[in-house]
Amino acid sequence: MATKASRSSARLMIAPAVILLLGWMIIPLGMTLYFSFLRYNLLQPGLAPFVGWENYYWFFTDPSFTAAMWNTLVLVGGVLTITTIGGICFALLLDRPMFGQGIIRIMVIAPFFVMPTVSGLVWKNMFMNPVNGIFGQIATGLGFQPIDFFGQIPMASIIFIVSWMWLPFATLILLTALQSLDQEQLEAAEMDGASWANRFWFIMLPHLARAITVVILIQTIFLLSIFAEILVTTNGGPGVATTNLTYLIYVSSLLQFDVGIGSAGGVVAIILANIVAFFLMRMIGKNLDA
Amino acid sequence: MARAVSNKKKISNTAVAGILGFFMFFPILWILILSFKTEEDAIRAPLEVLFGSGWTFDSFAAVQARSDYFKHFMNSVIISLGSTLVGLIIAIPAAWAMAFVPAKRTKDVLMWMLSTKMLPPVGVLIPIYLIFRDLGILDSRIGLTFVLMMINLPIIIWMLYTYFKEIPGEILEAARMDGASLRDEVLYVLTPMAIPGMASTALLNIILAWNEAFWTLNLTSAKAAPLTAFIASYSSPEGLFYAKLSAASIMAIAPILIMGWFSQKQLVRGLTFGAVK
Repeated sequence: MATKASRSSARLMIAPAVILLLGWMIIPLGMTLYFSFLRYNLLQPGLAPFVGWENYYWFFTDPSFTAAMWNTLVLVGGVLTITTIGGICFALLLDRPMFGQGIIRIMVIAPFFVMPTVSGLVWKNMFMNPVNGIFGQIATGLGFQPIDFFGQIPMASIIFIVSWMWLPFATLILLTALQSLDQEQLEAAEMDGASWANRFWFIMLPHLARAITVVILIQTIFLLSIFAEILVTTNGGPGVATTNLTYLIYVSSLLQFDVGIGSAGGVVAIILANIVAFFLMRMIGKNLDA
Repeated sequence: MARAVSNKKKISNTAVAGILGFFMFFPILWILILSFKTEEDAIRAPLEVLFGSGWTFDSFAAVQARSDYFKHFMNSVIISLGSTLVGLIIAIPAAWAMAFVPAKRTKDVLMWMLSTKMLPPVGVLIPIYLIFRDLGILDSRIGLTFVLMMINLPIIIWMLYTYFKEIPGEILEAARMDGASLRDEVLYVLTPMAIPGMASTALLNIILAWNEAFWTLNLTSAKAAPLTAFIASYSSPEGLFYAKLSAASIMAIAPILIMGWFSQKQLVRGLTFGAVK
């Protein structure tokens, strides 16, 4: 049993982590909130009058904000749809008996370890470049007009690249969950004459439900902050076609030096992420007791 | 009892999965091939590249000569290893205490720690940027090490906590019955059992830190830029050299790709905070 002495030494052991995380949370968060009420330009140091909600007003009425919100939604939604459905299919397939499962598995999950700047640049140049990219060369070779991916369908191209990177994650998690499924139950159902569709719908899918939720929630947290892939491929363009919330805030604060508006945007991003986090925390919290 | 599966079925499964796996892996395979080609060969039609051109190591040398790849590689190594090491030093006692001396509020503390991970980076970028500028640690390894340590600290603590929790209490009690002192207990009983968990945690953290791009791109320019930022410099038009871009990319991803393959299982656990086993 824990004694009084071990209690206090335990507190001492936890203290550094708590203090650091508390500082990491409160200091920048407080500053962002504070800056969001100032007219603060990085190029005019010492001059930062209090302007109340003005920054929020400008941020919300900026047409790029509406575009960025929409783009964020499309990007997160698109990638989630592709990776979740694709991940289920991949996991079901990889779960079947086959030769060389280890090697195939290694190939499928490899994209997850590729750093975002590399995958952005590689897809942009080697594959989606209309002249020298493989897709363009194949299209030209077959007598079609090659697609200028980032000019004509910029958002779809980014969704495609990001999905390639996250499909392995979904597959890995779902495959792990699938492998913990009780095989005898499946066999019993098969003996009783349940079709594959029925076995999938009534046994496998409910078993996967938790893993699917985890995949969706974790990915959402990461996908809301997509940045590098956009920076190296389209720079948010053409126009604002691929500008998401993260990128918009980056542009206003570090490229246009408008810390006030950037901070207002930051506060909006924090609120948005917290709504998602709320559900995620509840899920993981439930698991903690189990 | 497992069902006997006919070889025919197995072969057809292998074929379908193999094709899918190949398509997922193809972009990586392709840059691996291009990295051994000359620039002229690298932009030829795919089949010509594969069969009609020779092999060379020139691109790798060119990448090093163009902008000192090795310096950026070392930055990546120092930043990811450093942030992992410091993170472990802070996290091990914390996770240890929470796992072995749980209090009423332990669960709340754990949840709160995780919640700091939900803070979107862009929401706190400006303050960190300004603080770093005023402290003079923008574009420094120290600054980056600290940031990466902080953003991964909640994950480290959680992973270690779940691993420590699994160390059975009976073994500890048995050791105590045998008259082991606290020092012996920690040194000879707990530590050997905790080492695999610590190793996997370190591995996952290195992978996350190595690939982290938002902070590295925004807080570094030249001096401390790790490979993520180094590769981004190839997005300028002068960098449109396929063979060199491929060589640089391969050199940037190879260490982590290999590490990642060896730590798939830990990855599932770490990234889902143990919610999927």
